[in-house]
Amino acid sequence: MPQQVTRLGIAFVALAVVFVAVRQKLVPDTFGEAGHYRAAAVDSIAAQPLQYAGHEACTMCHRPIAEKRSVSNHSGVSCEVCHGPAAEHVAAPGSVKPPAPRERGFCPLCHGYNASRPSGFPQIDPVAHNPMVPCMTCHDPHAPEPPVIPGACRACHGQIASQKAVSHHATLPCLTCHDAPDEHKASPRTLRPDKPSSRDFCGTCHAEDAISPSHIPRVDVSTHGEGYLCWQCHYPHHPEAE
Amino acid sequence: MMVDSSTSLDREPTATREPVDRRDFLWEALKASLGVPIALSVIRVPELRGMQAGGDAEHLYGMGIDIRKCIGCGRCAQACKNENDVPDEPHFVNTWIERYVIRTDGEVLVDSPNGGIDGFPPIEEEGGTLRTFFVPKLCNHCEDAPCVQVCPVGATFITDDGAVLVDEEYCIGCGYCVQACPYGARWFDPVKHVARKCTFCYHRLAKGKVPACVEVCPTSARLFGDLGHRANPLARFLRFNEIQVLKPHLNTKPKVFYANLDGEVR
Amino acid sequence: MQGYIYPNEFELRWSLLIVLYPYLTGLVAGAFILASLARVFNVKEVEPTYRLALLTALAFLIVAPLPLLAHLGHPERSYEIFLTPNRQSAMAMFGFVYAWYLMVVLLLEIWFDYRRDFVLRAREATGPRKWFYYALTLGSTDLSDRALRFDDKAGRWITIIGIPSAFLLHGYVGFIFGSIKANPWWSSVLMPVVFLFSAIVSGIALVLIIYLVATLFRGKKVDMGCADKLATFLFFAMLVDFSLEMLDFIHRLYESEESIEILSQLIEGRLFVSLIVLQVVLGTLVPLIALGVVSPALSWRGTRKVPAEVRRLIYIGCALLVQVGIFSIRWNVVIGGQLFSKSLRGLTVYKAELLGVEGLLMAGALVILPFIILGLLVKIMPPWPEDELPAPPEV
Repeated sequence: MPQQVTRLGIAFVALAVVFVAVRQKLVPDTFGEAGHYRAAAVDSIAAQPLQYAGHEACTMCHRPIAEKRSVSNHSGVSCEVCHGPAAEHVAAPGSVKPPAPRERGFCPLCHGYNASRPSGFPQIDPVAHNPMVPCMTCHDPHAPEPPVIPGACRACHGQIASQKAVSHHATLPCLTCHDAPDEHKASPRTLRPDKPSSRDFCGTCHAEDAISPSHIPRVDVSTHGEGYLCWQCHYPHHPEAE
Repeated sequence: MMVDSSTSLDREPTATREPVDRRDFLWEALKASLGVPIALSVIRVPELRGMQAGGDAEHLYGMGIDIRKCIGCGRCAQACKNENDVPDEPHFVNTWIERYVIRTDGEVLVDSPNGGIDGFPPIEEEGGTLRTFFVPKLCNHCEDAPCVQVCPVGATFITDDGAVLVDEEYCIGCGYCVQACPYGARWFDPVKHVARKCTFCYHRLAKGKVPACVEVCPTSARLFGDLGHRANPLARFLRFNEIQVLKPHLNTKPKVFYANLDGEVR
Repeated sequence: MQGYIYPNEFELRWSLLIVLYPYLTGLVAGAFILASLARVFNVKEVEPTYRLALLTALAFLIVAPLPLLAHLGHPERSYEIFLTPNRQSAMAMFGFVYAWYLMVVLLLEIWFDYRRDFVLRAREATGPRKWFYYALTLGSTDLSDRALRFDDKAGRWITIIGIPSAFLLHGYVGFIFGSIKANPWWSSVLMPVVFLFSAIVSGIALVLIIYLVATLFRGKKVDMGCADKLATFLFFAMLVDFSLEMLDFIHRLYESEESIEILSQLIEGRLFVSLIVLQVVLGTLVPLIALGVVSPALSWRGTRKVPAEVRRLIYIGCALLVQVGIFSIRWNVVIGGQLFSKSLRGLTVYKAELLGVEGLLMAGALVILPFIILGLLVKIMPPWPEDELPAPPEV
């Protein structure tokens, strides 16, 4: 065997031995136990401290408030949404007190009007809605109520009702357009209310010769809209003029 | 919305996987046909299967997000920063909210000022709006996570229960995972000099609690649960909604599921 | 910023240093492939640059991992890539590909090629120099005809292994980018091939520059046959490289996937100077035309022969432009790939800092460093033909 090969062989074997030895020493203990990672990392991540205690923790001490909230419109809103992370408070209830936001700026984070919010979600214009008065003056944050308690159609069709309430059709009762049999309340899917089935129905108010207040937009019922029923293009619960 | 911890044998099919997946197979084939360089054979590489989610774990975590319920209040993004020690500045986030405004002329405007934490300014020219909605985003905890695939040292991984985590003591800070994530969910911690991301609040799950963003979502737009069990809010969510995931064409198999997702979202 | 980018995307994670890395490894692979032309394919004309190309490859290979290292968040943990490489990761193989190329290919080839020199120098020199050269021989001092013939044969075989290895080294760098499906600017099956050919282009151009400049400074006569041959190879390598890039470009344009809109904005706006002006026009078209006109092997019969001095100048000019062009390619890939949001809805900006670990000064230093190392290597192991040592005295 040529001299070069033996010499190089020695050098390479030495390097390989050093590599393997160093590697044995340096690979972390728990590496590869569960997968191609340090199993101990999972434990240290799992051991990180909590900031948000979770609503169950609050309920243990603040039972009356929790019960009130649990049957209110805020039943799905957990305590720490408004009061902030409270794990420290749970650990030391006497010394650490979570904040309770009372200023007007806070509630509009959810309830301020924003066009991108789902229609039907209760929203107000923070500037025009009872200026300067803290929200708590009229609404109990643990059991907030809208001005009208849902009932009748609204009890089930809340989203439509809220939407209609801010539309040009706000003052029209549902039964103006829908004929709902009483049995609909008992078996809503088998006995459905009807919808206007002719263009003339909307024409009662919107036709050019209709006897209705003059601010109501008018169309020529016989030619407008190429024979579609009105509600196939317009949404009567929130009609737009365009 | 408790995390179900009962050990039921009744699993949904998602939890069971074939023992050899395609990547495994390709690798074996490559190894057999080419012969692996000597360097590789010296290295003890544990079985690939350990990296796949599922297996014998008790849980397989996932999240459901209903776009129609999101009001864009940003409480989730704020809670995440509080819970997970995410610096306020610069504006890195584990979870954020995007606002989409699709105008009648077809133009799509998207914004997410400070991740949505401070709310959203009013839309300009509301009249020209065709559709508008909020979309909460976070790490999708992909079953075939590109970030885990590219990590050179095994510092990021999928736990048996399906969470994609980063080992901050082992991460070398190369940033390859940041490049590989199609969702922009990873960021580089300017203080710790390692990659960071959403953990599904793994430390909270370990204590039987839901992630902070789910805890504080006031409209239950976010749901958390276990894909391996039938009786939990997520399973119900998946039964009663048409479900979409983000960027399905990339085949990352996300475990964050969206209901009522618009086609413009990406 | 323009349009919408994901909140976490405002910072470009891979900066100027990561632009340097593929640039430097490209020079390594290119220089090596040039050396193999002389060794394996017996291209006699380029033989004067054989040893120079090897040393150039080594000098740049030593520096190539430094920008990566400097860029890591935790450089002190970089050894983990050898401890627990994730075999699914394109990047994890970096350590091994690098080690293979350095130890098994480059160092071995240089060692076999220079062993005779080492032994002779060890015999001649005195004091520490003697021991230094003796250490370099690894104690293998046999200079018999049989041993020297073995050196030659071994070097030849290593070069043959070295060619695919050089392809691997740089094709693999392309794969690091090309395999990222999240990024439509990177994700392309052509990426490794384009990287490879641009590497060959840059390597040939670099050796051409070093050879011409070093020869002039040493006051020696330039072997114009060699320079012309290098220029011809450079021309053809560029032609292949440019065709591949155009193929990639046309393919993307024709397929017009969802990313096409944002990528068009990227090219027309943020990358206009570095891609259209620097990479395509100045870095590719101008040198292609100039070489095509000037090179004796390429010009048509009947065109007047360009005098050697002018040819030399044009070669150097073209080679420098090519370097600018190839650096722009790396820039456009690495930085360009991060300038648009993965939401495909917006563009961000990159501002290189001057000072700091990832700043311009650091990058400049890392570009100069290989030349300093090359200077040292040339001093220890002169690559010039006239420094050929006389045959050993009979023992």
